[in-house]
Amino acid sequence: MPNYSWPPMDQRKVMGKAHNRLDGFAKSSGRAKYPSDVNREGMVYGVILTSPHAHCTIKSIDTTAAQKMPGVTAVRVTAPAGTEIQWAGAEIAWVAADTEPHARDAVRAIQVAYNVLPHFVSEEKKSKAGTRAKPAGEQTTGDVDEALKAADGVSEGYYAIPVLTHSCLEPHGQVIEWKGDKMEYWPSSQAVSTVAGDLAQQLKIPASQIHVSMDYMGGGFGSKFPSDIWGAECARLSKDSGGKPVKLFLDRATELTIAGVRPSAYANIKVAGKKDGTITAWQSESWATGGFTGGGMPPIPYIFTGIPNRRLNHAAISTNAGGARAWRAPNHQQACFLTFSAIEDFAAKIKMDPVEVLVKNLGLTARAALYERQIRKAQEMADWKKLWHQRGDSGSGNIKRGLGIALSTWGGAGHPSECRIKINPDGSVELEQGTQDLGVGTRTVVAMVAAESLGLTVPDIKVKIGDNAYPVSGPSGGSTTVGGVSSSTRKAAVNALEQLFLKVAPALNADPAKLEAVGGKIQVKGDPSKSMTWKAACQKLGVSSISETGKNDPKNPMGLNTQGAGGVQIADVSVDVETGVVKMNRVVAVADCGLVINPKTAESQVYGGVIMNICGALMEERVMDETLGRVLNADMEFYKLAGIKDIGEIVVHMDVHPDNDKRGVIGLGEPSAISTIAAISNAVANAIGVRVPRVPLSPDHVLTALYGKNMERSRA
Amino acid sequence: MQGVGAGASAVGILATPEQAQAQGTVKAMGPAAVPVTLTVNGKPMKVNVEPRETLLDTLRGKLDHTGAKRVCDRGTCGACTMIVDNKVQYGCTILAIDAQGRQIQTIESLTANGKVHPIVPAFVENDAQQCGYCTPGFVMAAKGFLDKNPNPTYDQVKEGLGGNLCRCGTYVGVRKAVLEAAKALRGGATAKGATNA
Repeated sequence: MPNYSWPPMDQRKVMGKAHNRLDGFAKSSGRAKYPSDVNREGMVYGVILTSPHAHCTIKSIDTTAAQKMPGVTAVRVTAPAGTEIQWAGAEIAWVAADTEPHARDAVRAIQVAYNVLPHFVSEEKKSKAGTRAKPAGEQTTGDVDEALKAADGVSEGYYAIPVLTHSCLEPHGQVIEWKGDKMEYWPSSQAVSTVAGDLAQQLKIPASQIHVSMDYMGGGFGSKFPSDIWGAECARLSKDSGGKPVKLFLDRATELTIAGVRPSAYANIKVAGKKDGTITAWQSESWATGGFTGGGMPPIPYIFTGIPNRRLNHAAISTNAGGARAWRAPNHQQACFLTFSAIEDFAAKIKMDPVEVLVKNLGLTARAALYERQIRKAQEMADWKKLWHQRGDSGSGNIKRGLGIALSTWGGAGHPSECRIKINPDGSVELEQGTQDLGVGTRTVVAMVAAESLGLTVPDIKVKIGDNAYPVSGPSGGSTTVGGVSSSTRKAAVNALEQLFLKVAPALNADPAKLEAVGGKIQVKGDPSKSMTWKAACQKLGVSSISETGKNDPKNPMGLNTQGAGGVQIADVSVDVETGVVKMNRVVAVADCGLVINPKTAESQVYGGVIMNICGALMEERVMDETLGRVLNADMEFYKLAGIKDIGEIVVHMDVHPDNDKRGVIGLGEPSAISTIAAISNAVANAIGVRVPRVPLSPDHVLTALYGKNMERSRA
Repeated sequence: MQGVGAGASAVGILATPEQAQAQGTVKAMGPAAVPVTLTVNGKPMKVNVEPRETLLDTLRGKLDHTGAKRVCDRGTCGACTMIVDNKVQYGCTILAIDAQGRQIQTIESLTANGKVHPIVPAFVENDAQQCGYCTPGFVMAAKGFLDKNPNPTYDQVKEGLGGNLCRCGTYVGVRKAVLEAAKALRGGATAKGATNA
């Protein structure tokens, strides 16, 4: 069997060197065509009628008038009379028309009578949830009561982290052209190779009839795996419109209402331990919602899973709100926030530096040595020893500065992936893979791996992705993509090269096993004088191209990828105790993804993870109207995201280290997007002397925590 | 605030149709689609639009200028940033019929006729894009900002680009890219890679 191992760290020519992303020019020039940019001859526009009520049944629905409206080509009803609706924004009917305004006019002409029913949308008040709270059952380890009694210090706190929406800038949706037994499908998707199969199941047609194309997509963050009802209805509108292509993307309000959320989490937590910092007990009563089907159970205590005495109670609460979808590191931000807030409160209780409490207890984690190295590095980068102070000991002015720390963990092993590499007689190289580039730099990474493996440069590799006609590669979720696609690419390239060596060996009068590809040449190992250029070597192929595949098998990744990333982040903030405004000074992120293929795009991923969670720490929150049961801030003005001046400075340290490198590739997108919220929350507590129990750390929540405004309105 | 955040609203376009009509500057149109001529990147383009249609939707849907993106559709996020009569504007806050007679400059103009504006390679070099959906808006906001502030400080860049939002978190790269583009523009030289489209 060929040797697929990564080249030794010090011998890599392409991998490990910063490379511009291959599609940077297309994106920065506005020339990149996203699914929502697809315009087809004769295309019509789909618009959805959604429920204005959080809980209701449809008494009657009449589309007669809508069907007669100008330009209408099809009207469909998916929630006929008798249907029970469980959240506002749920889909009821669908219209296609020659223009989008005409489709909207027709939607308004649909007559629906609703029987409005009681709803429940505010899960923070657990006591009001009644039977809508489903307890998961108590989990206990050791003797918590005894440990609490014997402890030198016990912290007790309430912590709350709200529902967020994915807020993908390109909304969910697609263009579909369904003519006869052939369908062209342009989805905004995280799953080029599987989304056709999903749509085929909904439509009960063979998946082989569906051709997926997607060169670019405008953000998914975990919410864009399925084809969704809007995929199926878009297809049916196309069919009903005589095979005309239909463009159907959610409008912004609908996108923020039904296209996925991150579940909330609330908890009352006690942490107990000795005065030397040793943590001995954890007790939590937590609850969460991910919408009507409940959902959202953060794995707590997070990372410090070995706390000897633990008692956990959790309840999933069903609300009349749009459902949860995987949200960049599902359950981890919540678990990290709950755990590291509670541990930092314990450290403050025993007046110990939280860094030393964390280090003291690393034996309770799965990766003590890695975390210790990362914590010390982050501590140094953040000037922790100089800037950290006891909680609240931050001087007399209005502006209080503080530091906070939190850790992250993630799996991130490569997903199943197949790659085909063709070497053509003219020397050109094609790489085909049914994967997708969500913006993480997939295109660039696979080109770098192929170039490294073939002794070529990145521009020598023509990368073809985003099409389900190419070899199957997994959906981009769980930070599994780069591990998967880089491993399959490596194997395909090594396999293709082996075939090339067989063709070239006679001309070099050498054993094929003794050949290597270096610097655009094929040469004899140890005797570079016996060589030929890549182009000359490929001419030996005659008229036939080499076409070889390679597969990443997650059961046997052969050392090319693995799982288990760690990471540490430290936040440095200033809080104005008169206005409650939290200003970001700096976030230091020490990130681990095993072997780093492209440091440039890897760093961008970490910046992105940190920034996304600065949004979550300081401003983002889905707000429900208790009376109407609707999302109050389903727009981009009041669903707040950080702007370019809100994020402070971000300092990233990729933990490139032989110990990490030898583990192979590990995913990065999610581990970098976990610990920022907890670190910022801890920094604010360190600055102002009290815990702000609820994120986002908005002026309202900060001032409430500082000045003891009645919090009963939001307590369980 | 000197930057785009303050400038990018619909002000400057005729305030209301009623006022415009009272002034006799436009004739009543619609409600059905009417033919208009829009000057896009210097070229007159004939198109039928409904009076209620935004310039953004007309450009994207009828003129296949899809660089500007429709995200918030309510003048908040900046993904549809373009330059109209030398002023940075959100395309979703302008009606297509109100854009008649105005010079509409879109992202496509920055890489037209074999020339590349230095902002584009500066975004590439500094990895100022991930999914890329907000990127054209940022590039146009940066162009409008640098047209008025050719020698900005780091802090001015942070203020000036405040009218655009990104979800992937590309702001660190954008800050660097705008400063680098400013330098390239001042030097009269093109940034690395700025010569071939």
